[in-house]
Amino acid sequence: MTSLRPGRSGPPDGPSIRRQSPRYGERAVMALLLAAGALSVVVTVGIVVALLFPALDFFREIPVWEFLSGTRWAPTFADPSFGVWPLITGTIWTTVIGLLVAVPIGLAAAIYLAEYADPRVRKVLKPALEVLAGIPSVVYGYFALVFVAPELLNDLLHVEVGTYSVLAAGLVLGIMIIPTIASLSEDSLTAVPQSLRQGSLALGANRMRTTLRVVFPAAISGIAASVVLGLSRAVGETMIVALAAGTQAQVVSSPTTPGQTMTGYIAQTATGESTPGTLTYNTLFAVGLLLFVITLVINIISIRLVRRFREAY
Amino acid sequence: MASIGAVATAPLRARKAGENSPASIGFLVTLWVAVAVAMICLLTLLVTAFVDGYPRLDGALFTRYSSRVIPETAGARAAILGSMWVIGTTALLAIPLGIAAGVYLEEFADEQRWYNRLIEVNLQNLAAVPAIVYGMLTAGFALAIGLERRVVLAGAIALSLLILPVIIITTREALRAVPAEIRQGSLALGATPLQTVWRQTLPSALPGVATGTILALSRALGEAAPLLLLGGLVFVSYDPNGLMSGFTTLPIQIFSWTGQPQEEFQELASAAIIVLLGLLLLMNALAIIIRNRYQRHW
Amino acid sequence: MNRSALCKAAVPAAVLSLTLVACGGQSEGSSDTGSGVSGEVVTDGSSTVEPLTAVAGELFKEENPDVNVSVGTAGTGGGFEKFCIGDTDISNASRPIEAGEKKICEKNGIDYTELHVANDALTVVVSADNDFVTCLTTDELQTLWEPAAEDEITTWDQVNPDFPAEEIELYGPGTDSGTFDYFTDEINGEEGASRSDYNASEDDNVIVQGVSGSQYALGYFGFSYYEENADTLKAVEIDSGDGCVAPSAESAQDGTYTPLARPLFIYPSNSAVEDKPQVSSFIDFYAQNDDSIAETAEFIPLNEEQQATLEQAASELTGS
Repeated sequence: MTSLRPGRSGPPDGPSIRRQSPRYGERAVMALLLAAGALSVVVTVGIVVALLFPALDFFREIPVWEFLSGTRWAPTFADPSFGVWPLITGTIWTTVIGLLVAVPIGLAAAIYLAEYADPRVRKVLKPALEVLAGIPSVVYGYFALVFVAPELLNDLLHVEVGTYSVLAAGLVLGIMIIPTIASLSEDSLTAVPQSLRQGSLALGANRMRTTLRVVFPAAISGIAASVVLGLSRAVGETMIVALAAGTQAQVVSSPTTPGQTMTGYIAQTATGESTPGTLTYNTLFAVGLLLFVITLVINIISIRLVRRFREAY
Repeated sequence: MASIGAVATAPLRARKAGENSPASIGFLVTLWVAVAVAMICLLTLLVTAFVDGYPRLDGALFTRYSSRVIPETAGARAAILGSMWVIGTTALLAIPLGIAAGVYLEEFADEQRWYNRLIEVNLQNLAAVPAIVYGMLTAGFALAIGLERRVVLAGAIALSLLILPVIIITTREALRAVPAEIRQGSLALGATPLQTVWRQTLPSALPGVATGTILALSRALGEAAPLLLLGGLVFVSYDPNGLMSGFTTLPIQIFSWTGQPQEEFQELASAAIIVLLGLLLLMNALAIIIRNRYQRHW
Repeated sequence: MNRSALCKAAVPAAVLSLTLVACGGQSEGSSDTGSGVSGEVVTDGSSTVEPLTAVAGELFKEENPDVNVSVGTAGTGGGFEKFCIGDTDISNASRPIEAGEKKICEKNGIDYTELHVANDALTVVVSADNDFVTCLTTDELQTLWEPAAEDEITTWDQVNPDFPAEEIELYGPGTDSGTFDYFTDEINGEEGASRSDYNASEDDNVIVQGVSGSQYALGYFGFSYYEENADTLKAVEIDSGDGCVAPSAESAQDGTYTPLARPLFIYPSNSAVEDKPQVSSFIDFYAQNDDSIAETAEFIPLNEEQQATLEQAASELTGS
């Protein structure tokens, strides 16, 4: 329901009572509110500035091409290299493994909740998903390090991994983003009008066909938005990879090896605390800027998709 | 739609393709299995933390400081108090700003103006920026104005920036749910738009706003990444005593203890996790109670 | 109804803020036990020395509850960076201060005193599950860690043909670490010369966790980290030409554990000692109780001669 904004489209004739007593206090309050609203823009500008200036300092010394295409990331060593590609492969591996876990399970949960579940099951399942969503990422990181790597992977599944691996981190990352995908997908599935389902059922299709061939395609943009949002969260996640993925910045070629992601590098370097102004300090912001740009692009795509799904009905 | 056409022209196939066909049942079973996997993961996580941490869940956890000497009697006191300080300050910063911005955007901003649309798009982007970037922003900001990075105020600023978009968005949704008649009635009686908002619209939206705010704060409680960047990993063994004091928080303490290989520290980490999850559960329960008891259904 | 909702929210908020004020206020203005000093002692630097200074800080706090000793782990190099611009009171170091760092300190007017507080046997570790490595020569270590090994030496049999052909997982300190500086200097011949394709971390606990979890991993750090985790790690004996020597308090103190036996330092800032009584008090405490601190933290203590030198230097510094 939209609110009325009488100030703009007031009565065309007749005395306007408001004009008789200009309330300066009100104008001041309005100005404050406008300032509050504008704060969000200030924050974005702030992020860009805070990241951009040190990153520009960095790129003055290391050409952008070398940064983006180099395959050796060793900024602090005697023979330094600043190719960010190893960090990107670390991010890609953990994110892909995470999505491989989260998308099937999240979509299945969404479909089940939207199409099949009876109210008793919903009463248990929805809060359970909300609990999963509310668990802090540091707890997930603990789980990855203490349980997934040694017990699940090594003992139970006999996959040989060391303490740190992109596999352990990726699996837990996937568990963390299941609720994101499930809830947004469920929203978009339930937004599909009943008439579509009824039409399909009337023509003799069973529920599975209806779901897969009618409802699912109708909700596809919302579902795509949820996957993209999950992707964005996975790329930006720090604590799980900081605890469980390792600190070896190498071009990751196998899931059982350790690897370092962009966020993991930022966390590690920031806690090590180098001096502002040095090249090492600026690598932090170059990687941060890259991370921000990547998540920005992903988010814009996701917002567009959400807008399309919301407009459809 | 090819499938519906095919079904229509081959009525006998319907028996095989009914609700109890192998494919249908297989599909349902797949769904169940997937959901079960998710629930098992959740249970395993909670059980792991609980079983490991329960023995350490005693008074000492709340009253003793973290220790390198005697992990057997170490506690999370500094972290628990630090979390309370930081979240309290975050609430003081973010809630008024967030509600004010939400009120402006929903009640007063003209959607046709380009700068208001910019703010809208901007908010949605900000809500999805990785948490660690907010830490970098605060670090840069603190450096620029000469504020020390390792203090409660800086941590609160970082977390406030993080949850501000969420508070703004939930405030707007709560305000949107208030029917126009309420506003129109108030204006008809001669109130100014600001009076209308302050005395009618906002109070009516308060339960929704409160719920969203509490959920945002509970998210801030669990965040560690932005605070790491502000130097929160220093070994802290004292209570915070002001906005300019050093600090550590529960998630950071958990991160630090998890990273220490000895068994005792893993147990401490699990005990701290139980405390953290307990606090989050309380906050979420509070939000749900508010939503259920006070939410108006127009 | 809205008023009552607001009131209901106000009560817990008031309780919360009162609790905060009460809890926060406790650390100031409490009763004067001990020597009555209060304030902060800010230390940073080597992660090898961190446990020692942290233990010293805790034991000191038992006698002086109003003093907060904070210990950061930015690495020896990182610690000196902060120390030489006056950000810290004491710098923990696992190697002596370098010429370049001395210059910066001089330029900023920071005078310091070098105090040798413990000995260390830099330990090379493998997992307790590792059954093929007992002893490594310094040449083998160099083959493994020198810059030329990067991307080249990736399996154990390249180090020694008797070892299995499994991939090596390497863990070690990062470049800000004094341990890194010392190890590369002694093993590779040049400080800072090392391969870069390993799990580098300033946090030695990461190295412990990494090595203990993989059968084919190897890492190196200060002796106390091995001592604390002796059940999941195995210390490699080092052969520098005279046979295999295992790291221990004795072999470090009598010099047979070469070349990896080294001194550990703290560098208090002279002006901090003068201006802040809590720093001066802490240095006194550290020096006088050094052997019990080292024992509690599982460090290799000083021998008698070194202990006497330490107490002398400390009392000269603090004027007590």
